[in-house]
Amino acid sequence: MKILTLVRQVPDAEARVKINAQQVDLEGATLVIDGMDEYGVEEALRLREGGANVEEIVALAVGPKRVEDALRTALAMGVDRAIHVETDEKLDPIALSRIVAQVAQAEGVGLVLVGGQEADWDSQALGAATAERLGWPQLTWTNELKVEGDTLTGRHDVDDGNESFRAPLPAVVTTQQGLNEPRYPTLPNIMKAKRKELRKDDLATYGVQPRVRVVNSEIQTRARLNRMIDGKDPQAAAQQLLDLLRNEAKVIA
Amino acid sequence: MILIVAEHAGGQLAKSTLEMVTAARAVLESGGGREGPVTILVLGQNVAEVANAAAAVADQVLVADLPGLATYNAEVWAAATAQIAQEGEASVVIIGGSRSGREYAPRVAVKLDAPYLEDAIALKANGQALQAQRYTYLARVTETVEAEAPVIVVTVKPGSFAPAAPAPAAGEQYDVELDLPAPRVEVTGRSVEKSSRVALTEADVIVTGGRGVGSPENFATYVEGLADRLGAGVGATRAVVDAGWRPYAEQVGQTGKTVQPKAYVALGVSGAVQHLSGMGKSKYIVAINKDAEAPIFKVADYGIVGDVNQIVPALIEAARK
Repeated sequence: MKILTLVRQVPDAEARVKINAQQVDLEGATLVIDGMDEYGVEEALRLREGGANVEEIVALAVGPKRVEDALRTALAMGVDRAIHVETDEKLDPIALSRIVAQVAQAEGVGLVLVGGQEADWDSQALGAATAERLGWPQLTWTNELKVEGDTLTGRHDVDDGNESFRAPLPAVVTTQQGLNEPRYPTLPNIMKAKRKELRKDDLATYGVQPRVRVVNSEIQTRARLNRMIDGKDPQAAAQQLLDLLRNEAKVIA
Repeated sequence: MILIVAEHAGGQLAKSTLEMVTAARAVLESGGGREGPVTILVLGQNVAEVANAAAAVADQVLVADLPGLATYNAEVWAAATAQIAQEGEASVVIIGGSRSGREYAPRVAVKLDAPYLEDAIALKANGQALQAQRYTYLARVTETVEAEAPVIVVTVKPGSFAPAAPAPAAGEQYDVELDLPAPRVEVTGRSVEKSSRVALTEADVIVTGGRGVGSPENFATYVEGLADRLGAGVGATRAVVDAGWRPYAEQVGQTGKTVQPKAYVALGVSGAVQHLSGMGKSKYIVAINKDAEAPIFKVADYGIVGDVNQIVPALIEAARK
C-alpha cells in the first residue's frame, strides 16, 4: 500500500499575525509544518515501522515556493518522496481537495492522511471533501490507528466522546493530538532528504479554481478591562471579584 | 428553499438548530434572491418529538424517520442531505458547526458541487453572493469570505446566532423517502464522556484549570469545587489533559473545544495561543495565576495575581453567602 500524507505550512502558533491591505500578510513570519499534518507524517512512518505493508510514503504540498521547506522537513522525517504543486493561488479546502484526490488516484494510494484542523484556515473540511471526491470512507479526529491487510481500525473523537471503529481501505484519515509524538529530523536524515525526489507540478495540470473569495481579514481584539485585583488578602480579593462579576459584569447570580 | 439539517440528541432538538434558523432568516432578510421556505430536515429514528420541536420554529419540516438513520454516519448523513437539497432545489444548506456537522458538510458540498462556507459566525447576502464571517489563524483573525453559486453549503458556529423563537404557526411536517448508502465505517465501541455538569459548549459560566492548579487532587477540589458553586461547566488546558489529569472531553483550545461563555474563569492557566483560540471570544475572562507575567492576564477582564490554593477556597466560601 502507498500512503499519501498532506503537508501544509502555517505560521508558528506563537507568531504575531499581521494584516496588510485587509489580507493576512505572512511576510517575515516563522512558518512551520502544520502540527496536525505532522501527526499524519509521523503516523505514516509508524505504520510502516509497525509492520503494516507500506510500500511507499509520499508527501504532497500545494502552495508557493516556500512550501518546499515543509516538504523537506517531511522528507527528513522519513517520507520517501514529495510532490509540490507550486502556486500562489489561494485555494479553499473544497478546491484543494480536488488536487489531493487527483494525486491520490494517480499515485494509486490506499490511505490519505490529512490534519484534522488547519491552523491557518481553522477548517476541518479537507479530509472529508477529499474522501467524498474519492468515494472513500473517512475517519476524522483519529487518535489511534492500526492497519491490518485491507482493514483500518482505531479510535477517534466524536461529538460526545470517542468511538472505536473498523473501516475498509482505501480511506481518508484526519489526524490530531494524541495520535503520536512526531519525531525530530536528525542531521543524517536531513542530509539524506536533500537527495530524495521532490517533484514540481503545475496547478494548471489539475484544473482547479478557488470557490470561495476572501473579502477581507481583520484582527479583532476585543477590548478587555484588564482590571487587576490585589491578591494579597485572599478573602478581600475573592469578595471583590464576586462583586464585580455580579454587579458590574452581571454574569453570575 | 433554505435547508437546515437539525441537530438533536436524546430526543431533544439542540439549541444549535434554533440558532441555524436565525442564520437562515438573516440570509432571507438580507436579500440576494435566495428564498424560503426555511425548511428543517430531521434525520434519525423515533424523532417525532424532535420534528414537533422543529415545526415550532420553521416554515416546514421534512422528516426522515428511518432505521438506517438510527446512528450518525458521515457518508449516510451526507447522502441524505444532498438528496433532499437536490430534490428541494435548496439555494443554501445550513449544517451545525459541531464536530459531526463539520465532518459531513464538506461531503455535501462536493456532492452538490457547491462552495462551502465553514463555521460561520455571521451570514448575509451580498448581491448574488453569500457572505460569511469566520475566525481563522487560531481565532486571531476574523475573515469575511464569500461565494456565488446556485447552492452554497454553510456550517454555523454554535453560539454565534440567537436561538429563534417559536413562529406564530407551526410549520407543516412531511415524511421523506431516502436512498441511503450502506455505511462502511463500523463502530465497534463507544465511550461517552458523560458529565453531570452543564456541557461546555452550552455553559454560561466555565471554570477551567491549568497546570498551575498543581495536581489532579487540587483540580477536583478547586476547579470542580468552584464550578459546582457557580453552576458552571469544567474545562481543562491541553497540558492538563496531556498529563492525564482530566479527560480530553474537557479540553478547551485549538485541539479541543471552542467555547464562548458569558464568564470564563481560568485558574492556574498560563494562556498559550492554542488555549486562547478556544476561549478568547468569551464575554468576560477572569484569570487567577501566581505568575504576574502569564499571558492570560493580557486578555483578562478581571485578574488576580495569587495562589489558586488560597484564592479559590475564599471564592467558594464567598460565593456561598
